[in-house]
Amino acid sequence: MALIMTTLTDKQIRWRNRIIVALVLFVIAFAIEKAGLLEAWFDTPSDLYAELVLFLVPYLVAGYDVLLKAARNIGRGQVFDENFLMSVATIGAFALVLFPDTEPHMAEGAAVMLFYQVGELFQSYAVGKSRKSISDMMDIAPEFANIMRDGQLVQVDPYEVSPGDEIVVKPGERIPLDGVVVDGRSQVDTAALTGESIPRGANPGDEVISGCVNLTGALTVRVTKPFEDSTVSRILELVENAADKKARTESFITRFARYYTPAVVGVAAALAILPPLLFGQEWADWILRGLTFLVVSCPCALVISVPLSFFGGIGGASRIGILVKGSNYLEALAHAETVVFDKTGTLTNGTFTVTAIHAEGDTTEDELLALAAHAESLSNHPIAASVRQAYAGPLDPARIQQAEEVSGQGIRAVVDEREVLVGNGRLMDAAGAAWHDYELVGTILHVAVDGVYAGHIVIADQVKDDAAAAIAALRKAGARKTVMLTGDRADVAEAVAASLGIDEVRAELLPQDKVAQVEALLEAQAQANPKGRLAFVGDGINDAPVLTRADIGIAMGAMGSDAAIEAADVVLMDDRPSQIARAISVARKTMAIVWENIVFALGVKLAVLALAAVGIANMWMAVFADVGVAVIAILNAMRAMNVRK
Amino acid sequence: MRKALKLQNLDCANCAAKMEGDISALEGVNKASISFMTQKLMIDVDGDAQALDTVLDKAQAICAKYEPDCVILR
Repeated sequence: MALIMTTLTDKQIRWRNRIIVALVLFVIAFAIEKAGLLEAWFDTPSDLYAELVLFLVPYLVAGYDVLLKAARNIGRGQVFDENFLMSVATIGAFALVLFPDTEPHMAEGAAVMLFYQVGELFQSYAVGKSRKSISDMMDIAPEFANIMRDGQLVQVDPYEVSPGDEIVVKPGERIPLDGVVVDGRSQVDTAALTGESIPRGANPGDEVISGCVNLTGALTVRVTKPFEDSTVSRILELVENAADKKARTESFITRFARYYTPAVVGVAAALAILPPLLFGQEWADWILRGLTFLVVSCPCALVISVPLSFFGGIGGASRIGILVKGSNYLEALAHAETVVFDKTGTLTNGTFTVTAIHAEGDTTEDELLALAAHAESLSNHPIAASVRQAYAGPLDPARIQQAEEVSGQGIRAVVDEREVLVGNGRLMDAAGAAWHDYELVGTILHVAVDGVYAGHIVIADQVKDDAAAAIAALRKAGARKTVMLTGDRADVAEAVAASLGIDEVRAELLPQDKVAQVEALLEAQAQANPKGRLAFVGDGINDAPVLTRADIGIAMGAMGSDAAIEAADVVLMDDRPSQIARAISVARKTMAIVWENIVFALGVKLAVLALAAVGIANMWMAVFADVGVAVIAILNAMRAMNVRK
Repeated sequence: MRKALKLQNLDCANCAAKMEGDISALEGVNKASISFMTQKLMIDVDGDAQALDTVLDKAQAICAKYEPDCVILR
């Protein structure tokens, strides 16, 4: 309690003090009444009116603002708000004094108002706290940039920095704008954006992303994007705009609230009037039951906690580098059953690596690689680059006498005065080199030296380290079917799929085929389970139409890629496929919390309504069903923010 | 024209939902959305900045109707 009270705002402190004063006055009034002093001091029935006055004092101290607001809102044509309902219920409790033969409910009227205010204060505190933790979470916006002006380093607003300017980022500072390192070496902590705790190196020529924290050394960075287009601005904009796209559950609650309150108020009125009027029942008793109904008629617990849970889930996910563009997507993600991958860039690195070297005859493997690397030394094809990378040794330009590209076949070069052919089977055939087939999957570079087959080099796109684990995790998170789409040859694709445990493969696709494939899969999903959703995972390059067509488009490896951030519904800041399963888990947890709150709040309210109708529940229970439930639901909703890093 | 505006003293979630409904129904508003948690109003209006201003005047009146203290900061 003490801890809570230290973080109150001024308004809340005044509010709290007023409640304490009202509480003390209430205890005094209660003591006087119970001690029987009123009967001793006054005659009957004036002791009853003395009691009324006695309890009106704490009542008004605690609740005058509620009464005022209610009156003012009626003036504005705004009936049926919380204040109005509370006022009617408590004034009604006092008004029962007009029925002299009933047990008076004045203590109850005052206590209900007090309890209501305590609950409201708690609620206001809980909302304030969750708003703050959300804004803390979003606290990745840099406040300034250091820029050289007239030989002096000055701090300026990041908005004032233009692309091309050079800024200095000192150790411990947040990188304010996206850019390229021109000077200095350091480590950069990307945890705020990706959730990845291992720092990345930042050396001259490396791109650095705004929002990351510079750890060890000062960096001079040439800015490449204005602040409003920098990664950090885009992320903040995206998360804040997420409130724009509301989940079905959220709109359902809003619609429900619109009918719930008038319905409960209607039943309350019927309950208060009809039984006494039609069946000659006790007025006071039934009016009290009606008033109890009014107290429970506010849908606040639901209208606060459901959006709060969604927002918490989106906020929590963003902390581990998963950006969800709206609560509707979070909701869809929780129902993801089919997950479709575009192979390159998501399951594989999208970079080619030499995976095997087979030398024939009297050529050694090292020689073979050296010859191929030299022959390919002038080519800028990714495959050539991977051969040069595998060779690792220095390329000696003096060894290359000649090199020319044979279109669609490979390269013909003269290295060390020998004719070297590097390419596919057709190139070998043309030279009359007796090449033979291979067992390994991947792209094959055959090498012939002076017309004699010398062996081959196998190059493959490497599967990401965590890809297999990611597929297993997806299955555990509830995905029923995993599909891989690729433009690769069927044998390569099937080998990759088998090693990862992927259910289906669609290979040899042209980019335009992918939309049709996803449409067919959407159809299949709708037939298997209409509630299930299909997620498509791509690297955000060239797959925008597919991302849009899927129920949930997930783009990965999006640090710094505008196209991906634009096209997708869910953006993974780094390129680990295991993040997809985590995103689904966060979505599931959030949905579970949302439903817990809906069931809990409605359950308690309906139970209290039922008990009140038969005359068992009193106003105390009703106030608990109103503000007590709201506070509990808010606390539960705040759990959605806790996402393990 | 689309704009995000901060709402001050937005204390009641149910009121926020009602404000959102009423503001969305205003003429010239394509879409209005209020986030209770971030205390923000996202509004998409037909026309230019002047049209936005006119709509915001009306939106402010709506907010005040439900929550007298609530102010749209612009």
